Formats: sequence, structure tokens, C-alpha cells
Amino acid sequence: MTRTHLLVLLIVLAVACALPFVVSNYRTFQLTLVLVYAIALLGLNILTGYSGQISLGHGAFYALGAYCAAILMDKAGVPYWATVPAAGAACFVAGFLFGLPALRLEGLYLALATFALGVTMPQLLKYHHLEKWTGGVQGIVIPKPDPPFGLPLNADQWLYFFTLAVTLAMFVLGWNLLRGRVGRALTAIRDHGIAAEAMGIHNALYKSAAFGVSALYTGVAGALGAIAVQFVAPDSFNIFLSIIFLVGIVVGGLASISGALYGALFIQFVPNIADEISKAAPWAVFGVFMIGFVYLMPTGVAGAVRLLLARRRTP
Amino acid sequence: MEAFLHQVLAGLATGGIYASLALALVMIYQATHLVNFAQGEMAMFATYLAWSLLNAGVPYWPAFLLTIVIAFVAGILVERIVVRPVENSPVLAIVVVFIALLVILNSLAGWIYTYTLKSFPSPFPQQSPFRYMSSHEIGAIGITLVVLAAIYVFFRFTPLGLAMRAAAQNPESARLVGIRVGWMLALGWGLAAAIGAVAGMMVAPIVYLDPNMMGGVLLYAFAAALVGGIDSPGGAVFGGFLVGVLENVLGAFVIGNELKLSVALVLIVGVLLVRPSGFFGKVHVTRV
Amino acid sequence: MLLDVKKLHAGYGETQVLHGMDFAIEKGSITALLGANGAGKTTTLRALCAMVRTQGEIHFEGRRIDARSTEDIVRLGVAHVPDGRGTFLNLSTEENLRLGGYTRRDRKALEADLERMFGYFPRLRERRRQQAGTLSGGEQQMLAVSRALMLAPKLMLLDEPSFGLAPLLVRELFGILRAINEREQVSMLLVEQNAAMALELASCAYLLETGRVVLSGSADELRRNDAVRRAYLGY
Repeated sequence: MTRTHLLVLLIVLAVACALPFVVSNYRTFQLTLVLVYAIALLGLNILTGYSGQISLGHGAFYALGAYCAAILMDKAGVPYWATVPAAGAACFVAGFLFGLPALRLEGLYLALATFALGVTMPQLLKYHHLEKWTGGVQGIVIPKPDPPFGLPLNADQWLYFFTLAVTLAMFVLGWNLLRGRVGRALTAIRDHGIAAEAMGIHNALYKSAAFGVSALYTGVAGALGAIAVQFVAPDSFNIFLSIIFLVGIVVGGLASISGALYGALFIQFVPNIADEISKAAPWAVFGVFMIGFVYLMPTGVAGAVRLLLARRRTP
Repeated sequence: MEAFLHQVLAGLATGGIYASLALALVMIYQATHLVNFAQGEMAMFATYLAWSLLNAGVPYWPAFLLTIVIAFVAGILVERIVVRPVENSPVLAIVVVFIALLVILNSLAGWIYTYTLKSFPSPFPQQSPFRYMSSHEIGAIGITLVVLAAIYVFFRFTPLGLAMRAAAQNPESARLVGIRVGWMLALGWGLAAAIGAVAGMMVAPIVYLDPNMMGGVLLYAFAAALVGGIDSPGGAVFGGFLVGVLENVLGAFVIGNELKLSVALVLIVGVLLVRPSGFFGKVHVTRV
Repeated sequence: MLLDVKKLHAGYGETQVLHGMDFAIEKGSITALLGANGAGKTTTLRALCAMVRTQGEIHFEGRRIDARSTEDIVRLGVAHVPDGRGTFLNLSTEENLRLGGYTRRDRKALEADLERMFGYFPRLRERRRQQAGTLSGGEQQMLAVSRALMLAPKLMLLDEPSFGLAPLLVRELFGILRAINEREQVSMLLVEQNAAMALELASCAYLLETGRVVLSGSADELRRNDAVRRAYLGY
């Protein structure tokens, strides 16, 4: 990473740390959700952007992570910070297992299978035999965690910093993964699957692992999201959640780490603005932006930023 | 036994609706190798248009026919305006465009017509002549069969139908006999939209008109198309009726009504893993 | 001139295959396009039908066609029997033939032509309801030629019609082609690796080497040309 990059990153980080002290509690809560979505989008990007496997059902992994956290806290009294790695681990296993059969499905068919998963998830969560764990249609309410060690922060601010820390960790981890051999292997598989195999890359392993890691990220996001929102219920994890994630990576930028952040900002704040016009407007806006980006800016905001910076550097 | 028979027959009725939507999906797949994720929403929107016509005082059957015509034209326009620009783009881009279409149609319907449920009339009499099925169920099967027969006759026996089949199977050779392949594609989309409109108008009296009405139906139609073979129209029809019956029978006697949608999920994942070409589709071998 | 081609460049993606070809076809003639593998013969036929990117001028019956789409060029009366035959494998023999006549309006003439094709190739009549993909190589070749004729074309482009056919069948096919050319005034551009047979059928010929015309003249002239004899006729 160049020195300018590092500098920009540090400035952004400083701003991020200062924000909760200058904006309202509600705004802090919204920013926490931006971080949560950023982790989820990075997860989806690992799978779709880098590894070329289309998933229209990532909302299901988000739900899995969220319910993991909620059930552990509600039924087993596990402290909130421990539920995050637990959710991640559970989702890694689920993702890896789902990834194994998904290996045989290419492009469109994988999209179809994951779409089915995304549509069916609410029904699965409402299943009455699981009700004593999932709380059925009503879902589960989670209490808001208090800041530890008597720090001079309110609950919202503490949650923000907690989430920020996790986000940083996940992004650094992702950065290392994707910049190195693993990332190159995934891109090779995405672009020339058969050639990659011939070069000695164990396609099956990488693809399933990509699914697992992607699910892990989204599961961690789900857990953090559940803790922030203090509530999980089946109907909030329908197909539209999976579609929102898709919007996020298309707008933010595929195969890009910074894209996850741009996308998260987009999907968190656009509905707030569009909601003023009509209840239906946010989705119409999402749809139009999706098509617009595909036609006009296929590399997303991250790609546009990269282009701008490149142009400024070469006079 | 009676209950079982009732479930099977009701399953055939909804199966007809799934078969119609599955046929629309297969028609587009055959010509483009693409799955139109927005097929359900297109059908839903057409049904809302029908509702508007009925509300404006147009009698049922004229409204029915007018809706089919409008849906047909709209399908052609969607292909020419939305799909054509991304025809040769990578799969992800196309999937995103279809999902965007789904989302736009869904929200437009919600905005124009609000999210409150609306009742949609059935053209069939209240009293059923048959003990085990409502007259709407009988009528829906009847309409489905008429539509399917018409489509079959069109493709098998008319020059235009032959040209469309040729364009779908071998676009390059089709151009060499002077067929305007681009327009054949648009026509395919128009027909698919028209069939979808019929499916929507048959399902609305059962589930009530609502912007999210076709979500589950679309999933069942996907399952039906895959089970029958994603490039086989006959298979789609067979798959539709099969899925309808399975959904009802399993829902009533095995897994309970709340998990019915998971039947579709299991079918989809199962078929894709075990036999991706379905019952009647062609097995594809990829050349390295 | 039925067909007039000037400075034709054509290629696939980054690769250029034709580097400025000039040739012309007289109305009513059979012209042969000879050359080794990779010389650009197939590409030339595809360029005429706008199946590849082209630069240069192509005039058909006085009209420029190089900027038009394949379908439009076909509708002007150019029938292409492609490399690989281009059969609609999943449709029946008869459906393949009817597709050949898709753009024609005159229903009665169409039916008459269908009968005529069966007359030229009785084997196709026997197999009319059979799926075209199950026909033998020779039969598919006959089908491809018949389908092109169903267009009632002014110009036929034939890409290696002798490919994979037994010599006896090739003679039969070429005999029919000559008959069609004489009786119905259908001009033909024939791409053939089998130079001997092509020069027997054609009245004039062009020799192609790495995308350029290197020799042209009447069929007789080329047959007597030493270089051609040694390289392509084997003696």
C-alpha cells in the first residue's frame, strides 16, 4: 500500500472515530448499520466479485448469523461479543456445506438455487417445530449491551466502536486474503476455470472455501446487525434482503474492498431519503440504480473513484 | 381418500398455473439461455392492469383479452429496450438487470396500486358442478390447457412458429435463411409475457391481488421448469402439473402447509444436483 | 457484374484474415475460389454475408451490401451454404426446407419448389419427416444445398460442398449444381479444397493465398497454370 493510501485510510479512520461524538444517537445507530452492511457486502463480494459465483440468497446467511447471536444470547446467556465469532463459525460451516453441492452449478443455475434459498428462508424461520428456538413469527428480542469497564460512552456509541473494531479486523483479514495467492487463485477460477484447474489450482476446494468465507463474513454481519437492531424476526430476512446486498455490490463495485463501504453507505441512506417520496420509492430507486450502473458504470463507485484518481495522477 | 383426491385435483389446478409460467420461462430460456427472474412480476403487473380495466367498467372477457394484448406488446418492448443492450454481457450483469426489473415492477405496482390486498374476480360461476373442485379450479385448468394448445399449434404448424424455433436453436443458420433473429427474440418475450398474464389472472382470484403475489408462484414455476427440463416446453408443462400436485399433497399430509415453499427449494436444488437436464431436457456437454 | 468486391478486409477479433481482396462474379457464371487451408476462403464467404467484421466495398446487383445485416443480404437473394452445413438438427428435413423458403411470399411457387427439391434429391423425400440431425453427412449436404435453393436465390455461396462426401456423391451433387446453374440462371461462388472438381464445374476461378487474390482467370487457364497444377492439382 502506498503512503497516500495509508494516509487516506488513517484520515477516514480518524473521522470514523470522531463521528459518534458529534452526531445524534440515531445517526450513530445508522452508521453502525453501515459498518454491518459493509462486512456483509465484502462477504458477498468475495463470492460474486472475486470468485464469480452469483448468489441471490445471501440474506439467508445473514439471517443465520443473526439468529445464532439472538438464540445464544436469549437461550444460553452467551455474552454478546462471543456470539459474533460463534455466528461466523456456524455460517462458515453452513456456507462451506452449501458450497460443496453448489460447485456443480454454474452462473445462472447457482443464481437460481440461491434465489430459491432466499425466497424460502422466512418460511423456514417460521417453522413451528423450531418455534421454541426461533420464537416463531414474533422473533426474539435482544437487550442492548452496555459499555464495559464503565467507559464514558453511551450504549449506542459503544456498539458503534465495537462494530468498528470488528469491521476493521474483517477488512484487514479480507485484504490479506484477496491481495495474495488466494485472491489471485479465485480470480483465475472466475475467469478461466478450466485453465486454472490445469495450472494446479484445486478449484473445488477454493470455490467451497470461498462460499464458506463469504458466508462467515455475512454471518458475522448478521450477528452484529441483530445486536444493533436488538431484534430478529423472520420477515425481515426475505428475498429483498438478498437483493439489497446485490444492489450494494453492484453500486459499490464488484471485486473491490472499498466498494463494500460505498455500497453500504448507499443501501443504508438511500431508503431514508427515498422514503420521503413514497413507501415504494426506495425499491424503484434501487432498481433504476442497478440498471443504470450495469449499463453505465459496471465497475461501480469504486471503479469510478479508481479511474478518477488514475486520471489525476497521469497529467 | 376424499381429502387426498381433493388435494390432487386442487394441485392440478394450481399446477396448470405453474405450467403456464414455467412455459414462459422455458420459451425465453430456449431462445436466450437466460432465466427471466422478472417473469413473475411481469405477470403480476399485467394482472393489475386487468384489475384497472375491470374497475373502469370493462367486462371480464374483453378485459382479459385486452390485458393479454397489452402484456404481449409490453414483453416485446422490454426485450428491445431493457434486455437487448446487455445481450452479450457477462451472466452477472444480465442477472442484475433481471433482478432490477423485478424490483422496479414490484415497487411500481406498490406505488400505483398500494399494498392493500385487492380481490380479483373469477369469470367462472360460484356453484361448482363437480364435488371435488371449485369451478374456478376447473376453469383455470381449462384456460391453461387452451393456452398451451394454442402455443403448441402456433409453434408446430405455423411458418412464424417454425422461424422462432429455428432462431432459438441456431441463430446463425436462421439468419442465413433471412429470419430476423432479433425480432424473433422480441416475439418470444411478448408471448412469454402474454402467457404470464394469463397465469396471473388465473391465480389472483385464489391468492388475492398484491404486489408480492407471484413470488411463490415464480419459485414453483422455476422448480417446474427444471424438473421438466429447462429447454423442453413439454417438460415445463409436465413439471408444472407435477409440482402443483406435489406441493398440495406434501403440504397437506407430510410437511404441513407452512413449509410448502421448501418443496420448491428442495426440488430446485435436488434437480440441479442430480439431473440438471430434468426429465425431458437435453444433456449438455461442455467442450473444453 | 452480379457481385463486385473491392479491397475487402475481414477478420475475427484482433486477427485479420483477408487483406484487401478484389474479385467479381458475372451473372450466370460458376466461380471457384481456391486455396489452401487458412487462405481465407471460408472467411470470404462469411464476409459477403456480414457474418464477420469487414472493411471495403461489396456491391451486389449494383447495391452496396457491406454495411447491411446478414438477414437483409439474404433477403436480397444471396443464399449461403455454410461450412458445416448449418442444418437445423432438431427440426425435420421438411421443416429445414420450408425454412429455406421462409422469406418468400408466393405460396404456390414455394410448394412447387419443394417438390422440385425432392425431384433432384429423392433421398430427401424419403426422409422428409425424419429429424435432420439423424441424416447422414451426404444427405445433410443435399439438404443444405436444397435449403439454399428454396430461397430462389440469385447467387449461391457454397462452402466446401464436397466435404465428407464419397466421390460418386460429389459427382452427382456437382451435376445437379451445373443443371441448376444452366436451367435457372443461379450464379454460384464455390469454395473448394478439391480443386480438380471445382475447376471442372466452374467457368472462372480465383486463387487465394493468405487473404489475397494471387491468381485469377478462366477455369481452363488455371488448370493449365504450372503453379496451380503442382500445388493444388497434384501433377
